[in-house]
Amino acid sequence: MPGHDTARDVYRQALPVILVSLVAGLFSGTILGSETMRAGISEVPGLLLLLPAFLATRGGVYGSLGARLSTGLHQGLIEPRFRLDRRLTNAIIASFINGMTVSVFIAVITFLWLRLFGNAGNLLELVGIMVVAGFLSAVLMISALIAVIFVGYRRGLDPDNVIGPVVTTLGDVFGIFFLLVGIYVVGAVV
Amino acid sequence: MSSDDTGAGSDRTYADEWSIRRIVRTMIPLLAALSVLQLASGTILETYEETLVRNPALLVLVPVQIGTAGNLASITCSRLTTQLYLGTYELHPSNPDLRANVGAVFALAGTVFGVVGVAAWGIGVALGGTLGLGRVLLVSLVSGMLLAVLVVVASVAAVEISYRVGLNPDDTTIPVVTNLCDVAGVLILFAVVSLVV
Repeated sequence: MPGHDTARDVYRQALPVILVSLVAGLFSGTILGSETMRAGISEVPGLLLLLPAFLATRGGVYGSLGARLSTGLHQGLIEPRFRLDRRLTNAIIASFINGMTVSVFIAVITFLWLRLFGNAGNLLELVGIMVVAGFLSAVLMISALIAVIFVGYRRGLDPDNVIGPVVTTLGDVFGIFFLLVGIYVVGAVV
Repeated sequence: MSSDDTGAGSDRTYADEWSIRRIVRTMIPLLAALSVLQLASGTILETYEETLVRNPALLVLVPVQIGTAGNLASITCSRLTTQLYLGTYELHPSNPDLRANVGAVFALAGTVFGVVGVAAWGIGVALGGTLGLGRVLLVSLVSGMLLAVLVVVASVAAVEISYRVGLNPDDTTIPVVTNLCDVAGVLILFAVVSLVV
């Protein structure tokens, strides 16, 4: 009966999921600890400051897109096919707007925070890094979510059970990787 | 709304639920508030920038610690909420379901943060770090177990409070507790780092 498992049952059922997300976490941690990233952290003031906010909003934006699409599928409002449906395109455009707006917002508050405590910060550099990282995450997360949800749904997987792990895993690993790309691109331009 | 246009009306409601403006307007304030909250973790990371850049093993620990705390928190919250609906939830140390939840969280934390400590040490050495296995393991296990205590206390408190206030704990507990554990995860991690490293 649900809710009546012993500690051992809960442990057995939860461990595999937690270990998978652990591998993803270690992978993103490795990118974060890499020499290029550490050099970037030292050179760009504010990078560590914006890191938790940047990662947390990936989950917020694309987790809710996933939840919305899966509710829509269950209600029969959208179909598990790639076609130009108003609801589907609206949901995608809205999550793209949300992702980009929040990325820029994070860059701006990070800059203000740095200024407030008398530290040097470069607004253009921070916004540039966030726009590149936010855009690349949006493209990857939206395509991956649609592919996983639609293909999974047609094969009988309940998207509600798949979205959480997919968003957390991809969001963390690629979030940090795209941040690195952002630092590189902005460094090459500036 | 008059009864004769219910069909069109409900269709319009669906369209509204899926309108770009609606989705953006609902989400942006929430996401903005969340980012401001996360600046608290960011500030702690920024304070320890030198230690982190010098010891890659500790940088590796950051996303793992946050992610695992969030996972443990969401498991505990959904279990407690389900038990609340089933009527088996009772805040008492002798409640077998509550004991099973708490026992599982501590067993999971012990396993995972042990593995994390060894893995972070190995990766740290590969990335040119010099921190010893004992220290990394100590940081990972001590901060992990403290985090487990926090996960249990915060989840129980969140379920109790939202139940008493009359909010659906399914909607409120997971976002509140996972975000709290994100911020507290970094806080606890660096409290331990400053004692050990």
